[in-house]
Amino acid sequence: MVEGDRMAPAAAHRTASVDGAVPEADTAVYEAVFNAAVAADERIEPRDWMPDAYRSTLVRQIAQHAHSEIIGMQPEANWISRAPSLRRKAILMAKVQDEAGHGLYLYSAVETLGVSREELLDKLHTGRQKYSSIFNYPTLTWADVGAIGWLVDGAAITNQVPLCRCSYGPYARAMVRVCKEESFHQRQGYELLLALSQGTPEQHAMAQDAVDRWWWPSLMMFGPPDDESAHSAQSMAWKIKRHSNDELRQRFIDICVPQAKSLNLTLPDPDLRWNEERGHYDFGPIDWAEFREVIKGNGPCNEQRISQRRKAHDEGAWVREAAAAYAAKHNGATGAAVEPSADTADMNGKA
Amino acid sequence: MTTEQSPLWEVFVRSRRGLSHTHAGSLHAPDAELALRNARDLYTRRGEGVSIWVVPSKAITASSPDEKDAFFEPAADKPYRHPTFYEIPEGVKHL
Repeated sequence: MVEGDRMAPAAAHRTASVDGAVPEADTAVYEAVFNAAVAADERIEPRDWMPDAYRSTLVRQIAQHAHSEIIGMQPEANWISRAPSLRRKAILMAKVQDEAGHGLYLYSAVETLGVSREELLDKLHTGRQKYSSIFNYPTLTWADVGAIGWLVDGAAITNQVPLCRCSYGPYARAMVRVCKEESFHQRQGYELLLALSQGTPEQHAMAQDAVDRWWWPSLMMFGPPDDESAHSAQSMAWKIKRHSNDELRQRFIDICVPQAKSLNLTLPDPDLRWNEERGHYDFGPIDWAEFREVIKGNGPCNEQRISQRRKAHDEGAWVREAAAAYAAKHNGATGAAVEPSADTADMNGKA
Repeated sequence: MTTEQSPLWEVFVRSRRGLSHTHAGSLHAPDAELALRNARDLYTRRGEGVSIWVVPSKAITASSPDEKDAFFEPAADKPYRHPTFYEIPEGVKHL
């Protein structure tokens, strides 16, 4: 089934009737069908009936995810013009372009839930929807590009692989595509750090400094501890999430420790040590006060990220207007279903 | 000044010659030509396709999930459409 069928008249009718007066008995039947599908590990598709809270949870999560991809372009794009070689520059441009692509896959997925792209962008621009707090940290040196690839993308992959089996079909399909591309991101970061680590003492120190700054914020990417996570239990019951925040965080730490060793870099946690009994690495306390401050908007770059996003959007307006005017003018030729707005008709002089 | 959100398009990609186009995802674009170019950038950055179709989402008519049981039911009671319905004596070959 194509996601686009949300546009079909039947879909519109159905949503209207669900939003409107559906007899309670019918809702109970719908809910039973939905619960059975989730229990059987089937996927929920855009036009299936779903509980309002399931829909709003998905909108919140997928929108935040999409926004993170788009905002995440900024800290890395910061270094494109100063990449130390043409090879590194080409890699970084390809990576930032991938992030844009990931944002677009995810926006398409959230739009299947009946939210418009404009509304999503508006909510990002006005702070009513969030993005990952990790992108509110600055990229101070070239080594940060490596640390982001290795740690931030590594944490993202740990989070995202289980999302490929999310109960909501369009989100799961978007994540399959994202995960395929993400592994290049992580490997280029690791390779970049390795090159620095094996370089001059100054380069090694630069790599170590980047890892020291990005390690803790990367661990915070998994979200608050399970007993403080507002949405976790319900999301797991709906099979939107497959593993808890703490479980994924532990998995990530266990993966990173040996990788750091082969990089010849240390992780900035004196409490990090193997626990034979648990079969996992123990680690020190995470500064959740800092996490909450950054989420509240008091991170080093919150304001800069949003104002740059708004600026890019505003400065691109003339491109969208020109493309819409062109499409309206040639509508007959392409057969595209464009309704020219009063604005574009005016611009065409055909009002 | 804001413009209307450009229309939604469904993207179908043929991954290699000999295979059908399959649905890859959707995107917004003001017209067909831009939809095609955006689709190339969005869905074939790593050589995933040799041919792309873009279709206005509005042009797609879909069966309703509510009616899926009734709609597809006629197929359910015709097991004789499957080759395994037929009993063939043992030893008969190439059948």
